[in-house]
Amino acid sequence: MTSSTFKVSGLRAGILGKEIVKGIDLEIHSGQVHAIMGPNGSGKSTLSHVLMGRPGYEVISGSATIDGIELLGMPIWQRAQAGLFIALQYPIEVPGVSLENALGEAFAARGQDRSMVYEKVLAEAKRLDFDEKFLSRSLNVDLSGGEKKRNETLQLGVLEPKFAILDEIDSGLDIDALRDVSRRIEAATTEFSLGVLAITHYSRLLKELKPDVIHVMAGGKIIDTGGPELADKLEKTGYSAYGLKDEEPIVI
Amino acid sequence: MNSNKGVFTPEQAEGLPGPKWLKTARLAAAQRFSKAQLPSEAEEVWRYSRIDELDLDKFHPFQVNVSSQAAIPDQLNSLLNSFSQNSGFLLFHNGQLVKKNLSQIAQDKQVKIGSVQETRDGIFDSVPLIQDAFADLSIAFLLDAAVIEIPTGVSLEDPIVILHLVDEPNVAVFPRTVIRAGQGSSVRVIDHLTSTNVEALVCSVSELDVDEAANLTYLFNQDLGPKVWQLGYQSSQVGKDASFESFTTFLGGDYARMRTDSRLVGQGGSVKLLAAYYGDGSQVHDFRTLQEHSAPKTTSELLFKGAVQGKARSVYSGLIKVDNGASGTNAFQTNRNLVLSEGAHAYSVPNLEIDENEVSCSHASAVGPIDKDHLYYLESRGIPTEVAERLIVLGFFEDILSRNASSQLQDWLRESIAKKLNAGFKIIADLENKPEGLKVGSEI
Repeated sequence: MTSSTFKVSGLRAGILGKEIVKGIDLEIHSGQVHAIMGPNGSGKSTLSHVLMGRPGYEVISGSATIDGIELLGMPIWQRAQAGLFIALQYPIEVPGVSLENALGEAFAARGQDRSMVYEKVLAEAKRLDFDEKFLSRSLNVDLSGGEKKRNETLQLGVLEPKFAILDEIDSGLDIDALRDVSRRIEAATTEFSLGVLAITHYSRLLKELKPDVIHVMAGGKIIDTGGPELADKLEKTGYSAYGLKDEEPIVI
Repeated sequence: MNSNKGVFTPEQAEGLPGPKWLKTARLAAAQRFSKAQLPSEAEEVWRYSRIDELDLDKFHPFQVNVSSQAAIPDQLNSLLNSFSQNSGFLLFHNGQLVKKNLSQIAQDKQVKIGSVQETRDGIFDSVPLIQDAFADLSIAFLLDAAVIEIPTGVSLEDPIVILHLVDEPNVAVFPRTVIRAGQGSSVRVIDHLTSTNVEALVCSVSELDVDEAANLTYLFNQDLGPKVWQLGYQSSQVGKDASFESFTTFLGGDYARMRTDSRLVGQGGSVKLLAAYYGDGSQVHDFRTLQEHSAPKTTSELLFKGAVQGKARSVYSGLIKVDNGASGTNAFQTNRNLVLSEGAHAYSVPNLEIDENEVSCSHASAVGPIDKDHLYYLESRGIPTEVAERLIVLGFFEDILSRNASSQLQDWLRESIAKKLNAGFKIIADLENKPEGLKVGSEI
């Protein structure tokens, strides 16, 4: 598999005219896991939504490319087709639209055989211990928090994007679900060379999903970058080492 | 509304064929109609309607030729083929019964289906009906009615199917369905109205009497042409421990209205009132509902879901009424509307009137465009905007269609809704030369 690069340069963005992301640079290669950690209100989630193109989020300046192709001017679905995926912190319920139907349309839209979807969905559901009864139901409707995150991960496994943004995928997960989800994503980094941008508040996600690079984000900027050892440091000292306050504990 | 009543005079009504009791009832109704005040949009129950535009001068009752054998149009026969799995059927052409059949099983169980011509006086008296000008008009010019009687304890596996075709220009047709579900009986009835591209007036009435512990499912499907006016009325009365389910679908018509009244008169009765509607062009779909709880421990659930596109309008106005003494009532009312174009509008007015303390009632209504979050989610999976919008609209309807008790109707409705949606996409794309698809309308 050829190696790809997801590159974010000088990205400034916000909501309702308020600048929240104040100049971010990232370079992620296929198979790599980058984690962005930071206290609440540091702009982590805004960064993820701006990259995917969620309505209401505005780009002020900068660029985001996959293999040199600019994403920021594209409609959301074209960014997805260019290889970007987002696992949402709060997956959205879509009444009357089943998982299989949605993924079938996603396959068809990029010229893949939609008859392949069912088998792939079944295989992923098994790996994630996701109950088959949910597959024909409306997307995310009546799913628990943990089931929703398994569902996000299942879609990631079926769609095989080049890069995935995980927006606090570990929030609301019990120990079992956290293990299943993080193992599946870790495996994807080798199986289809998935590059990962994991946005998280806690280091517990990074026990199974092994980060190559850790960034600390605060005030809309990356204030520190290092190897996996940075997570250990944060676990011990919290964000206070950076002179930051955070009411929530970093480790549960 | 033009106050002229056109050719709908007592003299005309008197000329219609039928047994003596029916002729007497017609004449009395025609005389009442001749003196009645026609409704106007100034009245609350006709607010947002188009009743002021109705011009009775344009229409005439169907002229029956009693001497010749009525031929069955091909369109009715092919429609019947799509409902081939039935316990019996009645075919009506411009309001006249042209063919009926009852399966051997149903005959053996003493089920009766027939025309009003063959039945007895008093058949209309079991369910309370509103008295207004159109109620009188419907009786005065009633040609035939589908009368279905299910004896005590009888249950039928396959539905009884009533098919109406209207194809005479400027005809006024008065379809009437009378169902008496006897104690402990169980039956499904499909009532399907269709027309060619004629201008016509269709005033339909459904009288549904659900006796103690009976179970009636009534599926009313309106697929009339774009120039037809429909004024519909459905009244049901639900007895002790009985259950009634109504599923109304409006896809056709120019101005089409349905008043749905359901009365729970026996302890432990339950009612589900469901409807799906989808208007485009300049269609107006107008719904008025009443859930009346007159007995204790009764339950009613109402879910009406619809969409408007182009310059279409929809109206929903509903009332939950809990009478004194109906303690332990559970009543729910939900109306949801998708507005798919800037020029389309949906009005939704839910109401509660409660004269009893120990009750649990709720109502909810929503009017709005396609949810931007739904769109974001599907697009983030690589689904193009237009495809995602289509999925969301079909999903909106799937939510209710999956509750329709006939799989034949479910398939037909899915297909019809998809066709309407595709036509909408095409028109908008043509108009604005914007291939990305539906423009999402403004919220009301």
